[in-house]
Amino acid sequence: MRSLLFIMSVFLYVGATAKTIHVGANRTYKNIRAAVDAALAGDTVLVDAGMYKEKNLVIKKSIVLKGINQPVLDGEKKYEIISIMADGTVVEGFRIIHSGISSMEDLSGIKVYDSKNVLIKNNVLEDTFFGIYIQNGLSCTIENNQLTANGKEEQQSGNGIHCWKCDSMRIIANKVTGHRDGIYFEFVKNSIIWRNTSTKNIRYGLHFMFSNDDMYVSNIFSNNGSGVSVMFSNRIKMFSNYFEENWGDASHGILLKEISDGYMQGNHFNKNTSAIFMEGGNRIYMTYNTFENNGWALKIQASCLDVVLEHNNFSGNTFDVGTNGSLVQNTFNNNYWDKYEGYDLNKDKIGDVPYRPVSMYSMIVEKYPPAMILFRSFITSLLDKTEKILPSLTPENLKDNAPLMKKAF
Amino acid sequence: MKKIVKYVITDILRNKIVLVYTLFLLVSSFSVFSLEDNSSKGLLSLLNIILIVVPLVSIIFSSIYVYNSAEFIELLVSQPLKRKTIWLSLFTGLSTSLSIAFFIGAGIPVLIYQANMIGFTMILIGLLLSIIFVAIAMLATVKTRDKAKGIGAAIMLWLYFSLLFDGLVLFLLFQFADYPMEKPMIAISAFNPIDLSRILILLQLDVSAMMGYTGAVFKDFFGTYAGIIFSFAILVLWIVLPVWYAARKFNTKDL
Repeated sequence: MRSLLFIMSVFLYVGATAKTIHVGANRTYKNIRAAVDAALAGDTVLVDAGMYKEKNLVIKKSIVLKGINQPVLDGEKKYEIISIMADGTVVEGFRIIHSGISSMEDLSGIKVYDSKNVLIKNNVLEDTFFGIYIQNGLSCTIENNQLTANGKEEQQSGNGIHCWKCDSMRIIANKVTGHRDGIYFEFVKNSIIWRNTSTKNIRYGLHFMFSNDDMYVSNIFSNNGSGVSVMFSNRIKMFSNYFEENWGDASHGILLKEISDGYMQGNHFNKNTSAIFMEGGNRIYMTYNTFENNGWALKIQASCLDVVLEHNNFSGNTFDVGTNGSLVQNTFNNNYWDKYEGYDLNKDKIGDVPYRPVSMYSMIVEKYPPAMILFRSFITSLLDKTEKILPSLTPENLKDNAPLMKKAF
Repeated sequence: MKKIVKYVITDILRNKIVLVYTLFLLVSSFSVFSLEDNSSKGLLSLLNIILIVVPLVSIIFSSIYVYNSAEFIELLVSQPLKRKTIWLSLFTGLSTSLSIAFFIGAGIPVLIYQANMIGFTMILIGLLLSIIFVAIAMLATVKTRDKAKGIGAAIMLWLYFSLLFDGLVLFLLFQFADYPMEKPMIAISAFNPIDLSRILILLQLDVSAMMGYTGAVFKDFFGTYAGIIFSFAILVLWIVLPVWYAARKFNTKDL
């Protein structure tokens, strides 16, 4: 009883000291900077709707900064708009526009320096160089923000959500368009990217570098310059993401480079030039993924080892699998291929003859790219048919020994 | 001239073969469009039909027709008519009736399912290919007197344009793998109307994006107005040159 009283009194004490400071045209504080200066750690600063030009707003105390009806913070194309340098800070409900542009300082809409438990929520960012930039953060949450930039060139624009050297981040339900990379991770561990939409970015929808033990779930990446790129990372898990409409000369649904121990399940690849381009991948397990209407469903270079594909659906792709060598140390098993022409005598729903997903023409194109001029010509389909009967050029071991007769799911 | 053209057209249209050809095109294009769930896929399948069947039927039908009407031609020559007029009206009649057959068989389904830029290009190219192969067939028939030899030559020409030429291109690509071959390829494609047509249509469809660097080079050329005009000019040249040469040969031919 006594201890309960003590706890309650602690709560009361905290409640009594944390005050709320209002900012607005009709309030004591006319600008946010003065209110933030006056606030103590734990206070809440509530900002009324209106236009605020605060230059660079630096938050060095753990406060809650909250906008009512989306007040506008204008960086006048010169400044970094909000800089957060305190643990547990909350920034919510602002409309942050026109940050400065500088590649030397990476000016951002909101930048977090060496802090933990920061929450950035429900903000709209427009025309910012970098959108939300977390530098050396721990356990921060970026939720439900909308980031729009109108970058034209890679050099002239920054990333939407940029995390560098972070741990345990949560990136949830954000919408990013028009940046260089929609979401960028470098040296980020144990983090989750969930339900984000990253579209029409100049370079990648999502860019991973040297980031281990991360997971991304139910995101949509579409119409990005070159899709999604995951490089030099270990133990990445990808579930139920959509990779769509990444059409272009060097475009991929997802580029996997030097990835080890990855796991991909339930992802959808639709209308990409090449859905997955894999180079130097080790021990990657792919299952229940859908590949539809892509140029190449899978480009798997000979440098990949122990990649396993099981129970995936391949349909409507121009080429199912492309590769660049004869060495194959990957396993294909129980996938559904719409181009499979085999039979099933014992009716166990598994084809009795192996399926070879690499066509002769795709090997030729891999070796001699100008041969693409013969795309859809009579001779190439003739070559493919002959090769199917007597394989000579295509890798002997690249085959699905037990292809499914009907879709896997 | 009008009278001869009219006679040739009615004669061909009364012929069951062209009717069957029209029906075949009609059935296959409707089934292609209704089988595929999106109509741009249907266009791609129809492309194969246009690039293989249309030239084949045009070239073989016209060469057989010209050989079969040898007596009719002799009769016309004995009349006070210019040989050039006779030859050109024969060509006009053949190409008009085959174009009508193509337009009804493939053009109308395309217009129903895909009435856009790609559809129009496809119809235009199909019509041009029909006429080009009539012209080539007439050149083959005027060069050889023997019927079997002439029809054989027509079949060989079709085989050359739809298969052997591409084989040669592939061979060239292997031989010159170390050189940038994208630009020479544009020039080489002008030597085969079927290749040129295929590239023109593929670049209109969004599959061009997966053609990589080659596709980009082609798009830079064939995607511009100058490129499109150039390639259509080449296709027209493929009609004009054989017809002109064949007419000249026919002028001095000993019947």
